[in-house]
Amino acid sequence: MALAALPPQPRLDWTHLIKDAALAALVALVLAIPLVGVQTVEVNAALTVGTRWDWVAIGVAAVFVGRLLLMVARSLSAGRSAAARRPARIILDQRRATLLAGLGIVLAVALPVLPLSSRYIVDLATTVMIYVMLGWGLNVVVGLAGLLDLGYVAFYAVGAYSFALFAQWFHLGFWECLPLAGLLAASFGIALGFPVLRLRGDYLAIVTLGFGEIVRIVLLNWVPVTNGPAGIGNVPRPTFFGMPFVARAPPGVTTFDGFFHLSFNPGHRVIFLYYVILALALVTNFFTLRLRRLPIGRAWEALREDEIACRALGINPTTVKLSAFAIGAMLGGFAGSFFATRQGFISPESFSFTESAIILAIVVLGGMGSQLGVVLAAIVLVTLPELGRQLGDLPLVGPFLSLIGTLRMLLFGAAMVGIMVWRPQGIITRREPSLRLVDERRRAA
Amino acid sequence: MSTAAPLLDIEHLTMRFGGLVAVDDLSFAARQGEITAIIGPNGAGKTTVFNCLTGFYRPSIGRLALHRPAGEFLLERMDGFRIARDAGVTRTFQNVRLFAGMTVLENLVVAQHNRLMRASLYTVGGLVGLPGYGRAEAAAVVKARDWLDRIGLIGRADHPAGSLPYGAQRRLEIARAMCTDPAVLCLDEPAAGLNGHESAELNQLLRDIRDDHGIGILLIEHDMSVVMAISDHVIVLDYGRKIADGTPDAVRNDAAVIKAYLGAAEDEALPPEIARDLRGRA
Repeated sequence: MALAALPPQPRLDWTHLIKDAALAALVALVLAIPLVGVQTVEVNAALTVGTRWDWVAIGVAAVFVGRLLLMVARSLSAGRSAAARRPARIILDQRRATLLAGLGIVLAVALPVLPLSSRYIVDLATTVMIYVMLGWGLNVVVGLAGLLDLGYVAFYAVGAYSFALFAQWFHLGFWECLPLAGLLAASFGIALGFPVLRLRGDYLAIVTLGFGEIVRIVLLNWVPVTNGPAGIGNVPRPTFFGMPFVARAPPGVTTFDGFFHLSFNPGHRVIFLYYVILALALVTNFFTLRLRRLPIGRAWEALREDEIACRALGINPTTVKLSAFAIGAMLGGFAGSFFATRQGFISPESFSFTESAIILAIVVLGGMGSQLGVVLAAIVLVTLPELGRQLGDLPLVGPFLSLIGTLRMLLFGAAMVGIMVWRPQGIITRREPSLRLVDERRRAA
Repeated sequence: MSTAAPLLDIEHLTMRFGGLVAVDDLSFAARQGEITAIIGPNGAGKTTVFNCLTGFYRPSIGRLALHRPAGEFLLERMDGFRIARDAGVTRTFQNVRLFAGMTVLENLVVAQHNRLMRASLYTVGGLVGLPGYGRAEAAAVVKARDWLDRIGLIGRADHPAGSLPYGAQRRLEIARAMCTDPAVLCLDEPAAGLNGHESAELNQLLRDIRDDHGIGILLIEHDMSVVMAISDHVIVLDYGRKIADGTPDAVRNDAAVIKAYLGAAEDEALPPEIARDLRGRA
């Protein structure tokens, strides 16, 4: 036990390592038998149970070898200093962050005209931008105000349905409905905010989770208004200053392509939709960054840090919380309206709890309160499952990669676990102060 | 006894938690420009008095009247945040409650929230960039900077408040409370955990606040060197009841106080530092 007895090179205890790997393999075996070993097979139009024990064997062997290698690597690095094993750290100062953000914006604006870009990529980027916007909206509630909201998808749904219904009943277009949808979602945010004013942490999460489900179930069951599970179709598409993106316009209406003397191409609409969401997201970003530097934004962060101290300083926690819920909900409502106009069809299926979970994962993985982190996390979480799907179609390496395609959700989970292991505080952990004394001095000088 | 105007009148304050009477029929007055210390053994109900005063508890019985030029405020009827915002009674906490993730400067600017909210026209004006808000924010920063100068933290203005050493956090919490422009400042054990040097600095800071701002300071403290050095008026609680009320000298020699601290016949039950302080100064 003496310190001198410590060997300079850590010795490998093979019995222990093999035991450990065997245990991991056993756990894998127990899990793999029902999950992988048994599958339903269609034989003569009837479902029967088939087995694939070879897959189980491969999986268990992979776990055994993987665990063994991991443990060997760990015991070899155990002797190294603790500093070497600290979580990875990206130094991202304000100047670099601004540079990265500027580069990102330029890239985002140029994306549809880049040589590699295709309709599919623009479409995928549009989806990413919707999640970026939702992430920024939820970031106000969770990241800034520190109110854990598991039912954020409810506001997304309210935005989408309010636009679809306004359009159906009053024949309003996207641009007229956008502010209405935002207002309606904000009032739902306040409606959720009131009953949960006294709740915090886990309790707040449970109630917001319930709220999200209530909204979804109402949409599902209130058939006379929402058309229930069948959803609402024919949601109007957005126009470019009144000019629709169609091949043949009704008399008296100029189409977009007609006005610019272009030949009709349905891809133009996809690109236009992308720019609409990009503009909405940039406005959202500007708006939240600005709010953060105003007293209300600082009060949100103060509320996150310590609600009791806020009260002792004369800050009304009710208005601070409700404003966070309302503004977060409003941004979700805008995103919902855009989702409806982009899909042209909405149903309650799109607003399940999984969506809330993904949006929350984007905020948490990105780093609570970080606008740039949300963008990075949204790109990872939205494109990763898609990337897995695409790889399977590649030639040559296709057969191997199609396995990755099959396992894409598994990879997705593994990536999330990986981020949490290496960067437990999220991708970007640095918090930029809302105001600095040093700047003030420079201004005065 | 000074003849300053009574600022805060506490009459028959009683706070019950079920069968437990934490504060029992307590009456005293705190004056403007004075430091009023509330002392007593652990569990005597000192923090409960503060919680009643600052709206964290609603008293079972009693009247807490604050007399200000703007009028009279009955604190027992007001919500917590209104007591701080409208009546101007603010406090610090026994376990420091800073906004740890925010910078030192931000902590002091958040304390000026209500004035800045009005200046930003409840966010709308600030959002569109009205010049009035810019001026108000600059003024808030100037005020924060003055306080940072006073508490010696100007060099750490842009550091997270949670990264400060403990003594500096205590001073920052007092400065943050002062940034709300209070009429009454309630300090819950401000010297707890401070070393002798820091404690002496704190004494000077509290005296300066009293003299420069002319506000009433209420102080809960176990450190008798602080209490006896800076208090103008001491109130002693034991089991929720007031057992003595007077100048530090009078209280120090009060038989009931000595009995409460020393116990009737059990001298050894007394914390040694308190016994030393009491005997040394008596």
